[in-house]
Amino acid sequence: MTSVVHKPIKHDSAPKHVAGTARYIDDLPEPEGLLHAALYLSERTHAKILKVDVSAALALPGVITAITVDDVPGDPDIAPVVRGEPMLAQGAVEFHGQPVVAIAAIDLPTARRAARLVKVEYEDLPAILSITDAIEKQSFLLPPLGLKRGDATAAIAKAPHRLKGDLNIGGQDHFYLEGQASLAEPREDGDVIVRCSTQHPSEVQKLIARVLGAPMHAVTVECRRMGGGFGGKETQAAQFACIAAVLALKTARPVKLRLDRDEDMIITGKRHDFLSRYEVGFDAEGRILGYELTLAGRGGWAADLTGAVVDRAVFHADSSYWLPDVIITGLCCKTNTVSNTAFRGFGGPQGMATTEYVIDEIARYLNRDPLEIRLANLYGKDTNNVTPYFQTITDNILPELFDELLASSDYKRRRQEIDTFNAQSPYLKKGLALTPVKFGISFTTTFLNQAGALVLVYEDGSVQLNHGGTEMGQGVYIKVAQVVAETFGISLDHIRITATRTDKVPNTSATAASAGADLNGKAAETAALEIRGRLAVVAGAMLGAAPDQVVFANDCASAGGKSATFAEVAHKAWMERVSLAASGFYATPDIHFDRANGRGRPFYYFAYGVAATEVLVDCFTGEYRFTRADLLHDCGTSLNPAIDLGQVEGGYIQGLGWLTMEELWWDDKGRLRTHAPSIYKIPTARDLPEDFRVQLVSGRANPANTVFRSKAVGEPPLMLGISGWLALKDAVAAAAGTRQVHLDAPATPERVLLAIEAAKRTATAVATDMAAGT
Amino acid sequence: MSEPVRFVSRGQVVTVAPDVPHTMTVLEYLRSRLRRTGSKEGCAEGDCGACTVVVADAGPDGRLRHRAVNACILFVHQLDGKALFTVDDLADGETLHPVQQAMVETHGSQCGFCTPGFVMSLFGYYKTHDKADDSSLKDALAGNLCRCTGYRPILEAGEKMYDGGRDDRFAPQEAALRKQLSGLARERMLDHSTPEGSFLAPRTADELAELLHRLPAGENWMLAGGTDVGLWVTKQHRVPRSIVYLGRVAELQQIIDHGDRIEIGAGVTYTDAYQSIEKLHPAFARMVRRLGSTQIRNSGTLGGNIANGSPIGDSMPALIALGATLKLQSKAGSHEMPLEDFFLAYRKTALQPGEFVASVTVQKPGKDSHVGIYKLSKRFDQDISAVLAAFHLVLEDGVVKSARLAFGGMAGTPARARKAEALLTGQRFTPDEVEPAVAVLAQDFTPMSDMRASAQYRLLAAQNLLRKFCVEVSSGKSISAEAAE
Repeated sequence: MTSVVHKPIKHDSAPKHVAGTARYIDDLPEPEGLLHAALYLSERTHAKILKVDVSAALALPGVITAITVDDVPGDPDIAPVVRGEPMLAQGAVEFHGQPVVAIAAIDLPTARRAARLVKVEYEDLPAILSITDAIEKQSFLLPPLGLKRGDATAAIAKAPHRLKGDLNIGGQDHFYLEGQASLAEPREDGDVIVRCSTQHPSEVQKLIARVLGAPMHAVTVECRRMGGGFGGKETQAAQFACIAAVLALKTARPVKLRLDRDEDMIITGKRHDFLSRYEVGFDAEGRILGYELTLAGRGGWAADLTGAVVDRAVFHADSSYWLPDVIITGLCCKTNTVSNTAFRGFGGPQGMATTEYVIDEIARYLNRDPLEIRLANLYGKDTNNVTPYFQTITDNILPELFDELLASSDYKRRRQEIDTFNAQSPYLKKGLALTPVKFGISFTTTFLNQAGALVLVYEDGSVQLNHGGTEMGQGVYIKVAQVVAETFGISLDHIRITATRTDKVPNTSATAASAGADLNGKAAETAALEIRGRLAVVAGAMLGAAPDQVVFANDCASAGGKSATFAEVAHKAWMERVSLAASGFYATPDIHFDRANGRGRPFYYFAYGVAATEVLVDCFTGEYRFTRADLLHDCGTSLNPAIDLGQVEGGYIQGLGWLTMEELWWDDKGRLRTHAPSIYKIPTARDLPEDFRVQLVSGRANPANTVFRSKAVGEPPLMLGISGWLALKDAVAAAAGTRQVHLDAPATPERVLLAIEAAKRTATAVATDMAAGT
Repeated sequence: MSEPVRFVSRGQVVTVAPDVPHTMTVLEYLRSRLRRTGSKEGCAEGDCGACTVVVADAGPDGRLRHRAVNACILFVHQLDGKALFTVDDLADGETLHPVQQAMVETHGSQCGFCTPGFVMSLFGYYKTHDKADDSSLKDALAGNLCRCTGYRPILEAGEKMYDGGRDDRFAPQEAALRKQLSGLARERMLDHSTPEGSFLAPRTADELAELLHRLPAGENWMLAGGTDVGLWVTKQHRVPRSIVYLGRVAELQQIIDHGDRIEIGAGVTYTDAYQSIEKLHPAFARMVRRLGSTQIRNSGTLGGNIANGSPIGDSMPALIALGATLKLQSKAGSHEMPLEDFFLAYRKTALQPGEFVASVTVQKPGKDSHVGIYKLSKRFDQDISAVLAAFHLVLEDGVVKSARLAFGGMAGTPARARKAEALLTGQRFTPDEVEPAVAVLAQDFTPMSDMRASAQYRLLAAQNLLRKFCVEVSSGKSISAEAAE
């Protein structure tokens, strides 16, 4: 029996959130002499910079300084992986909106007005804007990743049936509600402390040190909480933190840089849009025999994390299906657009969505329910259970999850009802789709799978907890606190959760890849266990028992019918000169990947889920409404079912938004025109499916030795949203009266209506051909 | 001479410092001057709701009206004579307000950044509704974006907040607050000036006309709700010499039912005009419920939407289809003109210097009238239309006696489809006979492609909407993917 973990405990900041007292970067008390920064953004898409004139900006009263890349004292390159990303544009601008100049002024309106007075002379260069253009011109950021098993080409050639096609999947803006923000304060000895809304304090620290030309020990980065991250503050926060730090050191004053929403959406990277090209061979039962797939992701102007994102797309292109002969290639396209970055799912959703689409195409070709084709291809438990990267799946629970959801969602009866409805309803059509999720947990860059924690017990029995995980709303702080409280047998109110700081736990990984609670929970548990071991010796002596007989529970240490409070034991330990502090460290075991040969075990385990979504479409306009969704998601034995339910529901809606209404639109000059919530639409409360039934899988502990046998939950549920998009495809087919339909994502009302029209035309053309006997 | 702006907060009259510039928003004032940082900036354009606050004043019946508004595009001076509630004000020490408590209990916050805005939208709802119902609750939250939760727990909080009844700690103080507010009433026009410029709030139409006549030409803005003008400050960083606020001009706040027509003052907010719009036609009211958000409708006015001359303002096609006329007024007097003649070109109207829109008058449709108003956008709530179609036919024995087909998003101004109207007139309105009019829409309009929609979709959707209207009129049944009301 546990008393704290596995309980639906509220988010530690909830009372502060609702009272408005939870502080974000821009809410912090402003230090004396604070300056505000603003940026001048490139007005060209790809151009040489001939001249930068900041004289008019500097002449504005209240402006203190203006910097370009030439004012960076150290190395201006702030790329996280592959070099080539200057803090401010260097020599040339590579996309429309790239920051070129940073201004510091006494207040924000002055700084922003000054930024508009900067004059830059350009000489235009040819620009590559689209994925197809990049492929044609062989414009790539990195070499491709390929996975290969057997001979896919031969298998397709021999297969009884074949299909090929292209699919466009749009990107997505993170739209964290709190924009990027950093506050840098110079200290003595050239040191600087930067409070930054970031998922990756250690990397921000490293890059600030790099641009300042200082060792890492001179830089401290702190993040108490973010107003949302979703991957958008993994690498993207660093640029603004670095600019603030450089300005702070130059002016010897504190500097805050907080982006306006439009600037944030223009400057920062997004989810990669993809062009997928597939050819698949299959038998009469819809079983895939051979599969050739190219996944081309738009990286934008710089590499950022594109290599790893495209890798994860490739790793997840199997979705949940056994692919006997397969070849998958991932391309990292270089274009003159914003550099795309991490976003919840990290490429996985694009790979998975592609193959779910292909499965749907096979089903329509064979005139079968897509559900049957999914079941026919599903990974087995003991056979057909090896991925295209040769990892054997040992924890597959999808067959059970399909059974459970088919029953709880009443799928088969509703499928028939929908077909009947569609036959009788000329202008409104329904669609239904049920899709699985299998998501690999671990950073595919193996060395990142490490974490540290610092647990401090004070002699009054209160505990301060620090670890490398950052809090962006996902509840990693409360989950790790629950682990520590459980380990010490104390209630949560004994524990103070503190801001993530690089001077408490060094060299941490980003809070990303869903792994925050997995990694930091284990690290904190390790530290707490070490302290508990020392306390057991002290308590044993106090209680007249052997240390291994001491039980820590109910805020007490107990043995042999006697007990002492946790505070008494802590105080005694201090008196006896026993250390009450420990750092903990964790590295995920048993994972490895050989990139050159496309073989290994990149994932420690998989998280699973299934979703069935139903939609109603207006065939006059393409407008639609999701009428029902049934979700079933696997969190192992959840550390906190209330927090995890929130992740599942929120992830699903975010996935649904990505594939339906959220549309990024660039004009022919390469300018992003959807850079504000007035024109970039994320779901609202009314977009929630009308009948929304969400359940966590119960009673299935993670077979892998994770913290309290829980599973990671941040990213996997996002891909449950794929069911909504394919439900729309189902409705489009019903509306067009044909089974051959094409539906790119995002499936906006416009795409839905045009897909119906296109499918009708194709059907008419086929009918005419057949009538003509051709 | 410059006068201080006064409003009520936390039971006290707050006098705004004389140096607060005429363009300072309530959000900036709260965060930078009062250091009350609970209200957040998420977009600075009234589209995310993180800055939501509640403004209360005394309505025509003397009772307090609590309205959720976006503080990011509301100028401090617009608070003059009103009461302000922010997220920082709700809890009583450690004791959370029922709205806040419900949000905690339902796990309605994750990252917490949007939460203060949701709390205030829920507070506005709590103050104006006896209990929650799903549809109006979603209306109340349509202007608040949350990227974390998926909204389910927030909607649950909207119901749970009534668990302890409706009487929060503010309820017993309402009489005192009303008294305080009446003490802030102005005898004269508000004129708050700093070296940067002036904020002027005339109290009568004559005062307004005189002011517009007197002010030198140039950068002087007329401000109604500020849902557009606010962005000129927050996004374009423009600073006018003067802001002339219409929100205190008594005549502009009136709604007059003339029997066969309704006259709505240009300063009436969408929220206050809603019942009259519903009387004009339920389809018009349904569309208005999708115009902006609750916060936007609490600030924005019909007059402002007309005067800014946007080609995609949602109301214009509906008003044109219903045959609306405008009353334009200046020091020289007033005159009327049909609304459709007001729009000259993209963002260009017939409004002359010194002139203002005083009211819009709309005929009530007769019993032979058939009205259909359709808004198309990527998202159902709070989105700008790709196409807005408004149809008004008078049918006698199934034959079209007169036809007014007005569209937004199809041209540089809101415009009528004259060729299609001509083809419909005198014909029966059936799915077969409507087709020539559907086809000729391609000659009436050459829409453009932009981030909201392609030209192809705009035209096809416009055509399909006419077909849909015809099917609906013929069958007497509405066809919609949206939930039945």
